[in-house]
Amino acid sequence: MEPFTKHTGVGVPLRRSNVDTDQIIPAVYLKRVTRTGFEDGLFAAWRGDEQFILNQEPFRQGSVLVAGPDFGTGSSREHAVWALKDYGFRVVISSRFADIFRGNSGKGGLVAAQCEQSDVEQLWKLLENEPGTEVTVDLEAKTVRAKDFTAPFQIDDYTRWRLLEGLDDIALTLRHADEIAAFEAQRPSWKPLTTAQAAS
Amino acid sequence: MAEKRGRTLAEKVWDAHTVRRGEGAEPDLLYIDLHLVHEVTSPQAFDGLRLAGRQVRRPDLTIATEDHNVPTVDIELPIADPVSRTQVDTLRRNCKEFGVRLHPMGDAEQGIVHVIGPQLGLTQPGMTVVCGDSHTSTHGAFGAMAFGIGTSEVEHVLATQTLPLRPFKTMAVNVEGDLRPGVTAKDIILAVIAKIGTGGGQGYVLEYRGSAIESLSMEARMTICNMSIEAGARAGMIAPDETTFAYLKGRPHAPKGADWDAAVADWRELRTDDDAVFDAEVHLNANELTPFVTWGTNPGQGLPLGESVPDPAAIADETERFAAEKALSYMDLQPGTPLREIAVDTVFLGSCTNGRIEDLRAAAGVLRGRKVADNVRMLVVPGSMRVRKAAEEEGLDEVFTAAGAEWRQAGCSMCLGMNPDQLKPGERSASTSNRNFEGRQGKGGRTHLVSPLVAAATAVRGTLSSPEDLN
Repeated sequence: MEPFTKHTGVGVPLRRSNVDTDQIIPAVYLKRVTRTGFEDGLFAAWRGDEQFILNQEPFRQGSVLVAGPDFGTGSSREHAVWALKDYGFRVVISSRFADIFRGNSGKGGLVAAQCEQSDVEQLWKLLENEPGTEVTVDLEAKTVRAKDFTAPFQIDDYTRWRLLEGLDDIALTLRHADEIAAFEAQRPSWKPLTTAQAAS
Repeated sequence: MAEKRGRTLAEKVWDAHTVRRGEGAEPDLLYIDLHLVHEVTSPQAFDGLRLAGRQVRRPDLTIATEDHNVPTVDIELPIADPVSRTQVDTLRRNCKEFGVRLHPMGDAEQGIVHVIGPQLGLTQPGMTVVCGDSHTSTHGAFGAMAFGIGTSEVEHVLATQTLPLRPFKTMAVNVEGDLRPGVTAKDIILAVIAKIGTGGGQGYVLEYRGSAIESLSMEARMTICNMSIEAGARAGMIAPDETTFAYLKGRPHAPKGADWDAAVADWRELRTDDDAVFDAEVHLNANELTPFVTWGTNPGQGLPLGESVPDPAAIADETERFAAEKALSYMDLQPGTPLREIAVDTVFLGSCTNGRIEDLRAAAGVLRGRKVADNVRMLVVPGSMRVRKAAEEEGLDEVFTAAGAEWRQAGCSMCLGMNPDQLKPGERSASTSNRNFEGRQGKGGRTHLVSPLVAAATAVRGTLSSPEDLN
């Protein structure tokens, strides 16, 4: 994973709450077996509407999405993170993220920056009043900045460290392979195996 | 030093699976007892293994099925949609290459991943269960810690049989009292979600407790735990009891002989201690519940069937008001319309929420000797091939077809419309599934979430109804 320290890009105000992962990428786009190429599925239903924010200049080039509360609810599809990244987003700002989406973001190199709702609303006003305003997201300092406006954001320290370093989770876990083996050795023998012959 | 307190059910299961405790900001490393795999969220994970030259660490704790993409008619033919077919073929190749047991389309054990795990007896109390699917919370009905994961985590579990995670907070959902006739587990969970909201459970594992929960069957408990994710919680749990043990005993993968006794002794310890403290608690009175339906585009936008479409203007919170306005516009509903007057085109009975034998029995009980309304199509999609077979042995298929409903093969089907079972733009459904998101059941489709009883009564009357409306 590529390290993330700081990013500056056009902010996109998405004034919607409960943006579920079916909206971020509908199920029909999940049939592919690749990990890239999902940008056409991003907000597919909404992008059919000319008035949708991503169909407007200069938001089309946006890379920092500023959304309403409860972003990423619903399905566990990591394709939602891939679609946002493939489109060009590096950061999503919201006052509340669904747990699975937040986890998937951390794995996929997308920063899920949690701000106070009042700060989200200030950002919305700023981005709507001056379309094209750039937002700077500093992961080291845990701040978002746009023009004179600065606000802190929250992200858990472990995810932040992994993003800053661009670390692979599996390699980190495999450093503890001995402990995993020791744990396995003391599991109760009656725990089920999928391979055991089913009694008829 | 804090006084030593008792532990909740969730904390006991977590502690029993901690390979190592994280230091500082580092998460715990949690061992996974059972990994369920399906075709949609696994191809990129297997690819990752191949790229890194890694193996599946425990194929003997892993099981796969084909459910999201599979058609529910003509399953003896190749899948018509080439992209779906490629995805299913990819799962077959991956399972073969990595030695993972797979139940493919047409197999006697094939079905929705969350229906087959319990059915095979693979889901047991006190286990950790994961799957690349948010409705993995279903398995919590057995007192397991079960939650959905993304594809990167699927790869992580395949490679290491563990996940780095921080412990969830705990919330008690107390449901006391007796359900009235015609009120079901689906109504309980829709009422819970409406009460705490779609974000109310974020960061929590919910433990459903109280006399109303204890009196439920395993199927009903699964319906409740299944939709924990719709309240924002990754997991929902119910302490195992005699109902749980009776369900498990004799299932193909349940312990046998002396192992059974040892397991049950262990499972009896899986209860929240009396002196344990939850991080949050909510209460619901089962006596007051009535059939519940959704009117909007998230599962928290629900009301008792006897009420009317709400007026957004009366909602004080600006974000909620805006969301309600958008939802009514999408759903093409007018404030003040009685919910019972909303006419549907389609009724969908099925899904990992309500596609089990008990759900089919409940709906068939309403449909017996009645007809689906002329302008309504009703799809009945069993959750698994085994559920389908059991239903046929009881003659339920004949009840459905005699009423004019379509009797289908097993799969996720119209719950998410990845296969050809979809709503057309503007069509409206009453659905026993779990999500009423915009376009979930087909682009432009409109979904009302309901119980199997309400689904069946709605099919007969053509408008949202409960069985008592048929008398």
